[in-house]
Amino acid sequence: MRIVRSVVFITALLISCNTVWAANNSIQIKGSDTMVNLGQAWAEAYMQNHKDALIAVTGGGSGTGIAALMSGTCDIAESSRSIKAEEIAQAKTKGIVPVEYKVGLDGLAVVVNPSNSVEKLTIDQLADIFTGKIKNWKEVGGKDGPIVLLSREVNSGTHVYFKEHVLRKGDAKSTIEFDSGALLMSSSQAIADEVAQNSSAIGYYGMGYISKAQKAIAVAKDAASQYYLPTLANVVSNKYYISRPLLFYTNGQPQGLVKDFVDFVFSAPGQEIVKDTDFVPVK
Amino acid sequence: MQKSFSQKRLQEWIIERCIYMSGIASIIFVCLIFLFLAKEGFSLFKNISIFDFLLGQKWYPISTPPFFGILSLIVGSLYVTLGATVIAVPIGIASAVYISEVAPPRVREILKSGIEVLAAIPSVVLGFIGMMTLVPWVKNTFHLSTGLTAFSGALMLGFMAMPTIVSIAEDALNAVPKRYKEAALALGATRWQSIWRVILPAASSGIVAAVMLGIGRVIGETMAVMMITGNAARIPDNIFQPVRTLTATVAAEMGETVRGSDHYYSLFAIGIVLFIITFCINLIADFAVHRKAK
Repeated sequence: MRIVRSVVFITALLISCNTVWAANNSIQIKGSDTMVNLGQAWAEAYMQNHKDALIAVTGGGSGTGIAALMSGTCDIAESSRSIKAEEIAQAKTKGIVPVEYKVGLDGLAVVVNPSNSVEKLTIDQLADIFTGKIKNWKEVGGKDGPIVLLSREVNSGTHVYFKEHVLRKGDAKSTIEFDSGALLMSSSQAIADEVAQNSSAIGYYGMGYISKAQKAIAVAKDAASQYYLPTLANVVSNKYYISRPLLFYTNGQPQGLVKDFVDFVFSAPGQEIVKDTDFVPVK
Repeated sequence: MQKSFSQKRLQEWIIERCIYMSGIASIIFVCLIFLFLAKEGFSLFKNISIFDFLLGQKWYPISTPPFFGILSLIVGSLYVTLGATVIAVPIGIASAVYISEVAPPRVREILKSGIEVLAAIPSVVLGFIGMMTLVPWVKNTFHLSTGLTAFSGALMLGFMAMPTIVSIAEDALNAVPKRYKEAALALGATRWQSIWRVILPAASSGIVAAVMLGIGRVIGETMAVMMITGNAARIPDNIFQPVRTLTATVAAEMGETVRGSDHYYSLFAIGIVLFIITFCINLIADFAVHRKAK
């Protein structure tokens, strides 16, 4: 009897799980850690006007989101890097067609401890620092002392973007890498914490993470150009060099609730939320 | 209501089968896990030679061309594990001796429950505390450029391995027959002499097992080391430099990999390496226990 009862119970559980999955008034959003707060803010604002909609936002990294889109466990993948060719190829084998939306911009700030006297760096200097060619702060006008490099883990879109656009300067054939001595931190917050307490550290992350405990470095494209700080105005006007798109990926052209949500993201109040969460709107 | 004999027999049979299944379940799981690891992990060696994998010093898994050398990760794991062992083993054994041989009953009870609580703290909490308190302390005390080092990880893991070592070593010490100690004391040995010359040697196999299981705990630990060892994939010159461990690499990178890529397979291959290491450690612990039983 007990066995029968547990079988009934398990079946009931499975059926109820199925109904949750099948419900068409819910959206699963997954992906970039950089975008998770932004996605959450959008979801909350949207759900206030649509009481019956249920939107769940989780992080894990851009690649995690794209992998989830491919396995059909999320409706929208958030990503802070473009989808790779091999990922598109793999998606196609599973009958999934990723469609890209550029929903915002993010300036990548290079940060040091406020006690560090270095104020500005060129892209070349940054590349030399993060590849280990420049090892001492005095080589870039700071105090004598070793440079401690802080990077993100390889599952981070931020890591990939910084490598491709700063270290390799956009050259797709380049094989330049981060110095193997660079510390790979598991989150942007971990970099922020370490920079706040370590006067020889340098790190990078989305400009939303800058606080009083870190100092943003002004960046110039080359020695002849002007230096710009990672501010909203400088990213919008495209003067700040290290900025990247924030992306949504859906499976095919979105329909129903997903389409409505994407439309909301591009609406005026949706783009206002981008600004409120320290990113840069696209419209 | 009286049950018939055959009904009782049937009930008995079902229960016996159920217990039998539970008994062999763990073995089945181990086999299935190993098969799965092997299936995914060995796919890597179609494209990359096993020597490049084990002895390569470059770990750049997502570059083109990628480098899958895990020597620096193995060395990183060894640094942290050896450091933690050096810290945890003497303190753990001394603590076990104190609890089982020296401490008065009340103190013993308090210490034992204290160690149980230490064992129950989730590793992510210890990692977080380590990041906030231990890392700055290591940086300032040893005048390093960063406190995210193998030493911080070893110190933290030493404390995580201690409960395992203390509780198993204490069981081993308690299992030594009382008459050994009584005979030693009757022959005029001091308390210290009887502990050092009689009880510890008699419990040695259990203590070795305790140490081995403690080491197994350390080498498999992931979350805390990921948070406080810095994760730089480079072979360190000394213990005061950042290291990247095998476990942290798998945990940090699994989320990103494209299923079926070499990177994905390489993480499973790391899993095989870890599996083999822990298997050997458990085997040594087993030998130690059975040498005694013989």
